[in-house]
Order: sequence, then structure tokens, then C-alpha cells
Amino acid sequence: MKKTVSIVICAIMLACLFSGCGGGKAAKVVNVYNWGEYIDTDLLEQFENETGIKVNYKTYESNEQMYSVLKQGGVSYDVVIPSDYMVSRLINEDMLEPLNFANIPNYSLIEDSLKNMAYDAENKYSVPYMWGTVGIIYDSTVVGEVDSWSALFDEKNSGNILMFDNSRDAMAIALKYLGYSMNTTDENELNKAYELLEKQKPILQGYVMDQIFDKLESGEAAIGPYYAGDYLTMHEANPNLKFCIPKEGSNVFVDAMCVLKNAENKDNAEAFINFMSGTQQSMANSEIIGYTSPNKEVGDVIDIDDFTKGIMYPDGAALAKCEAYINLPQETLNYYDKMWVELKS
Amino acid sequence: MKKNYVGGKIFAALTYVFLYAPIVVLIVFSFNSTKSRTIWSGFTLNWYKELFNDSLIMSSLQTTITVSVIASVAAAVIGTFAAIGFFNMKKNWRSPLLLVNNIPVVNADIITGVSLSLLFVSVGAMLHFELGFGTLLIAHISFDIPYVILSVMPKLYQLDRNLFEAAQDLGCTWFQTIYKAIIPEIMPGIINGLLIAFTMSVDDFVISYFTAGSSVQTLSMTIYAMTRRRISPKINAISTLLFAVVLILLVIVNVRESRQYKAEIKKDKVLKGVLE
Amino acid sequence: MSKGKIFSGAFSAVGGFFDRFRRQSFAYPYVLWMALFVVIPIILIAVYAFTSSSGGFTLDNFSGMIDYAPVFVRSIWLAFVATVACILIGYPVALTISRMSPKNQRILIMLIMLPMWINFLLRTYAWMSLLENTGLINRFLASIGIFDLINSLHAGDLAYTPITHFQLINTDGAVVLGMVYNYLPFMILPIQSVIVKIDPFVIEAAQDLGANSRKVFRKIILPLSLSGVISGITMVFVPAVSTFVISKLLSNGTVMLLGDLIEMQFTGAAYNPHLGSAISLIMMVIVVICMSVMNKFGEGEEQAVVI
Repeated sequence: MKKTVSIVICAIMLACLFSGCGGGKAAKVVNVYNWGEYIDTDLLEQFENETGIKVNYKTYESNEQMYSVLKQGGVSYDVVIPSDYMVSRLINEDMLEPLNFANIPNYSLIEDSLKNMAYDAENKYSVPYMWGTVGIIYDSTVVGEVDSWSALFDEKNSGNILMFDNSRDAMAIALKYLGYSMNTTDENELNKAYELLEKQKPILQGYVMDQIFDKLESGEAAIGPYYAGDYLTMHEANPNLKFCIPKEGSNVFVDAMCVLKNAENKDNAEAFINFMSGTQQSMANSEIIGYTSPNKEVGDVIDIDDFTKGIMYPDGAALAKCEAYINLPQETLNYYDKMWVELKS
Repeated sequence: MKKNYVGGKIFAALTYVFLYAPIVVLIVFSFNSTKSRTIWSGFTLNWYKELFNDSLIMSSLQTTITVSVIASVAAAVIGTFAAIGFFNMKKNWRSPLLLVNNIPVVNADIITGVSLSLLFVSVGAMLHFELGFGTLLIAHISFDIPYVILSVMPKLYQLDRNLFEAAQDLGCTWFQTIYKAIIPEIMPGIINGLLIAFTMSVDDFVISYFTAGSSVQTLSMTIYAMTRRRISPKINAISTLLFAVVLILLVIVNVRESRQYKAEIKKDKVLKGVLE
Repeated sequence: MSKGKIFSGAFSAVGGFFDRFRRQSFAYPYVLWMALFVVIPIILIAVYAFTSSSGGFTLDNFSGMIDYAPVFVRSIWLAFVATVACILIGYPVALTISRMSPKNQRILIMLIMLPMWINFLLRTYAWMSLLENTGLINRFLASIGIFDLINSLHAGDLAYTPITHFQLINTDGAVVLGMVYNYLPFMILPIQSVIVKIDPFVIEAAQDLGANSRKVFRKIILPLSLSGVISGITMVFVPAVSTFVISKLLSNGTVMLLGDLIEMQFTGAAYNPHLGSAISLIMMVIVVICMSVMNKFGEGEEQAVVI
């Protein structure tokens, strides 16, 4: 009898073991991995109803976090939506699958200036999802008017300042403020930027990513750098908030939809990408999240006030001073990692 | 004779205030009519209504409950048998095994989580499976079992060693011995272990975070994802509900336990009478 | 009488050795389980710590560790402060509880455990609401006029900038508070469970022999409850030194602890599981050393852990 019992236990244990292997293979699914708060969730439902493909939707906080999750393995995403420089890193490391553009007819709707960009020069791997700029969001009743990155390093704003909680974005601001390129690999320039961040740390309230919404909306903090699109969301909750693209120039980014190497549901993934690129969907998405759609029809038909439009579609002069990230060489990335730990410890 | 220890009582009372202050805040703001966490703007039950329409919260709650129930029950079964096995081992075998058993209890959660994820990912690469419900469940069972063993072992030590022999002499089979003589005697230990295991599973965040992968998400993981931006009052609402349920259960269990305790004493006497 | 019964009767006749052997085999499935899911993963950590991403043996992961020394020092220091605070708060509370009637003790202990049923992330998040610059505590202090009072004291001072709040959050203090709050029950419970077990007759005997209450405490209660304190220390220090959530929430990302560092290597920006494993390994070694020193002072940990 006892033998039976131990056999049963062993069997249960093995069953548990292998239940991990089976993994529910439902009829039609697509696994999407996107930034947090970066989609009109109604669209997911609409996509499921139209195509019968179930969307498993998960979110990440930063490009780097997404990268490490993919690198570690043990997960299966089909669609990811990294930013420009991360797209080129994924391409370099052979982590993306070339797209079959026959399945993505809506690609023709993408603004021509956003095709064949440096991060994916032959445009084989990516379809732009949204683009936008980074600027300073501030409460003018607390910190006055702002037009320069210097406000983030000003002691009179001490305790009210928030900063990006990732090395790339934080360094970019310091570099830009010092007048360098945000893609520099010059150690001297990097060191100067690091020193600036180190000097800034005591007057910071904290390093944050999406927590900035809560902090600026509630008035817990008064100034911090973030994305133009998110500014629109925050402005609704706290009308005192203003936005500026600093005169030193800033970061302009494109987030693009890609399919991962060996994705199990490639066709479904392409269907999803095509769906999201449609004019109706792009517009709905853009209206909800406040980022600028790469779809060329959206700019003409989107129903927004001038204030919103001014933020979404910044004027050419401001844009001209902005820079896009490119992928950095490994030594520079290592430098970033090391300096980030040092900065925080 | 007894002193009143007023100072100690006041100090203890303050400590309880400290322990419950954030919980009171949390519960109060689950009824707040706006999303603010610090400004009270009026009473509402809206968050409780909306809670049930939030598919993310509901599905992660379901995952948490499923994992916790299966893991704690499996841990109770495996752990109880393991404890009986350990109990019958020679000391020079038992001691090192109990030491290994203690590792997940004593070790930092983050190390348990990280080490399991290394295992799952590297084995998964070979056998082509991914992090998911299965790996999450294994991780939970693994850290649950030690608590069951730690609460069953002392009960076994309290047993009369002769109980095994006595039961067999009375014609019990092996299974019957365990099932009819031993299990009832150590039941309080098993239940206690099961409850501790269940609590640990429900409350766990760190180990789940490293072992759940992309397809499942426990309530703790959902809450963590939210703390990265803003906690919805819906989460306050669901926590308030869970808190209320636990409070009620605890009161019931407590009443039952004190009855059971009396019954046990009675049974003890009867059993001893039979054996003598 | 069934066949099974006859056979089992025959077995028990063969002798104790055989019985014992059969019964201990109940543990075998779990021994296998432990080998798979406890021992092998830890060996894996060690393997990762001593290899590079290309797979070869290397000590690089350790040689770069000196850069992280400040993180180690800070984590251990904050965890140490939190543990001491837990003893200073937890011991008197445990002592007070153990002096109550058994029924009240039960209720009070339950009330200590009850908060653990609300997700610890949420409880810590609720502390954010309390401690923020515009949080409930600062609001309360402002509403009773504390800041006006302080500012009015500096009325004539031109260099003085009026304050509107106390800086409570985003400090080391806030992180320690989060640790104490979360782990205090793990200090109170084992101490209380040891103190209740002290034989009241021993105390009575001491009193009969003329010991005053201070002496009774010093000579009897304190030494006999030390094992509870020691298991409490382990149960507070280990999670405190390895936390990454509390520091994230209550320091706004400005305080980096060992847990953050490890998490960052596995799921964060700097993906490097080899370095992460090396840091984990060192942390484990530190913990093992601390605990073996501890265990020299007292025994009976096993019981206390069960609560």
C-alpha cells in the first residue's frame, strides 16, 4: 500500500513538472509585450472580436527591462514595441524576425519620413508605433517658467525635482545640458555628465519612471523630464502643469513594433501590427495615450484642440534641435551600467 | 501579587497603532470618491463595483488563489509524508536532510527566486518549456513544504513511539496505520502547516516575480506593477475585502480550535486508556 | 481476515528494522524534490557566479565586486539598524503580551499576524501615503499649525526659508521604517513563544528566594528567552538585507540595496546573471556566517521558526 502511495506522490510531482511544459496552446493567440500605459485597451478587445485572435498583453517599464526579460529567456512574446536604439540593438543581436510586409498593407499609411530610419535602415524589421519628444513637465506655480534643462539642476528647486530612473535617459539629459551629443562615446564627456548627475542627486526627490504621473499630478513633486504624450495625460489631472522642449535640444524617439525571432504566432503578430497601424486605430490610440501617431492620415483627421496638437506635433525649429538615440557600443553600455550603480550607491 | 505593567501596555498599544495605521489608511481610502491617496473627497462604493469588471485584477486574484490552494495542499501531502519519513530515520540521516529542508525558510526570498528561475530557464531551454503556471506552482510548492514539515515534526515527536507498533499489532495495514492512527494524531500540525503554507503563498511576491514568466500574473505581481505607476483604489478595495474574509475566518477557526482542543484532551485520555 | 492484514502482521513480526526502513521511505519523494528544487538551483547560482557569459571559468564576477562595496555596506548597515529597532520594540511588546491571560494572548498574537494578510506591497505603499511631503502626516502637522509655529520662531531671520513639510520619505530612515514595519511580527512572535514556555515555578522560586522583579528578569527571563531573540534576528535580518521592494517604494529609487542590485542584474537594465549570481553567492555567505555566529548563542531555533 505504502508503495502505491509513494508512486502516486511521485506521479503527482512529475505531473506538476510537466504541466510546465505543456503550456496551454489555445486556438489563436498573440503575445504582446508593450510599455506600461501605452495603448487604448479597447483596441485589444476590438482586435480580438474582429480576428478571433486572443491577445496576451503584458507590459514593461523600460527598454532595458524588456531587453533583459527577452535575454533571460523562458518567455514567449511575439510582438514587442521597443524604442529606436533598442530596435537596432535587437537587430544587431539577431533577436528579431524580418517582417512579411505583404501581411501589413497598412504600412503604406506610415509617414515617409519615419521609414528607413537609421535604426532599421532597410526597414525590414519594424513598423513605427508612436513617436514623440522628451521635455520638461513642470508646475509653473512652484518653479516658475522653464525653458532649459538647467531647471533640473537648480538648487532652488531642491526636493521638487524628479529624474528618469534609467541610465540612458538620465545621461542623455546631462549630456544635452552640457552641449554634447546624447550618443557620445567620448569618455571625457561621459565623465562630465556623470559628475553633473552626481551633483544633482542630493537635490532630487527621486528617480522615477511612470511614478511621475502620480507625483506631478498630486503636487508631490513639481518638475521632471518625461514624454510629451504623457504630459497631456497629466495636464488633464493637474492644469497647473506646463511642458517645454528645452532650448538645448532634447530626445526625439520612435517606438516601433517588431516580431521576435522564432515567434510562435508570427502571422497573428503581423495581423496585430497591421491592425494597430490602421488609421482608425492609430487615431483612437493617439487620442487616448497622447503620443503622436506615425500614420500620415491621422494628423489631418484627428479631432483635438490646438493646445493638444501643439504638444503632439511640435514645430520644426524645436524638432530640428532634437536628437534620436542610436545603439551604443558595448564598452559605453558597460560604462553606463557601472556609473548608474555608483550614482545610486 | 501581579503588577499592572502600565508602561509596557501603553508601549504595546502604540506598537499596535504602528502596525495598523497604514492598514486603516488603506481601508479608508478604498471608499474615497477620487483616486487620491491622501485627500479625502467623499464616500463611494464605486471602486468595489468596478473591481469586479477589472479583468486584470480578477484574473490575477484567480491565479493567486489557484496557485496557493494547489501548492499548499500539495505541500501538506508531500510534507506530511516526508515528515513521517524523516521521523523514522536515523539521526545522522535526518539532521542533514532537515538542514536542507530549512534552506528555503532561512534563505533570502530573492535568492530562492533567482536560483529557481535559473533552473527553470536552463532546463526549459533543453526541454522546450517556458516559465509559466507550472514553474510558478513548483516554486510555491517548494517553499511551502518546509513550513508543513516544521509544523508537523513537533507533533510527531509528541506521539507515543509505540503507536506504530500498537496499531499494527491490532492488525492495521501500513496504510491503515498511517491513515487511522498517525494522521488523526498529527492533524493539528498538518492543518497549521497548511495554513502557514497558504499564507506564505498568498503573500509571496519576490519568488513569483522571478518564476512566473510572461503568461501568468499573481495578485502581488499586479500590485507591484501598479506601484510602479499608481495604485488604483480598486486594489485597496480588493484588499479590504480579503482582509475582511480573513478576519471572519480567523474568528471562526479560533472558536473551533478551542473546541477541538477540548475534544483532543478527551480523546487523548481515551486512547491512552485503550493502550494501557 | 484479509490477506493484507496477514502479511502486514507477518512483517511486523520480522522486526523493527524492516518497519523503520519502510516508513522512512515516505520521505524519499521529498528528498528527490529537495535535490531538484533546492540543492541544484543553489549549485546553479555557484556555477553562474564562476562562469562568464561565454561559458568559461572566470573570477571576473568577483574581482569587480569592490565597486559594489558601498551597496553591501549600506544594505548591511540599514538591515542592522532595522534589526536592532525590531528587538528594542519587539522584546517589550512580546514580554507584555506574555504577561496577559492565555485568552488575551491568543487574541493579541492574532492581531500581530493579521496585518500580514494584507499584501506587504500595499502596506508599504500605504506608508508612502503617510510619509510623503504632501502626505497624511505632513498634512496633519500643517493643519494643527506646526509649520507656522516653526516658521514664526524664525520670523526675523532673513536667510531662513519657511518650511512647508518635514522630509520623511526618500530618506534612509524611511527605508528602515519600512523594514521594521514589515518584519516586526517576525521578532515579536518567536520571542513571545519562548517567554510563555518559561516555567512559572522557576520564576516563583526565584521570587521566594528574594529576587526582585528586575533580578528575575535579568537572571531568568532574559537568558531563557535569548533563543527567541536569536531566531527573531535571523528572521528580520535576512529579509531586510535582501529587500528590493521596500527601498524602491520608500526611497524613490535613491537608495540602492543589495536586493536592488541583484534584481537589476536579473530583470533590470544591466542584464548580467553571472554578476547577479556572484552577488547572491556573497550575500548567502554573509548570511550563513552571521547565522552560525548567532547559533552559537542559542538553540531551539527549529521550534521558534514554526511559531
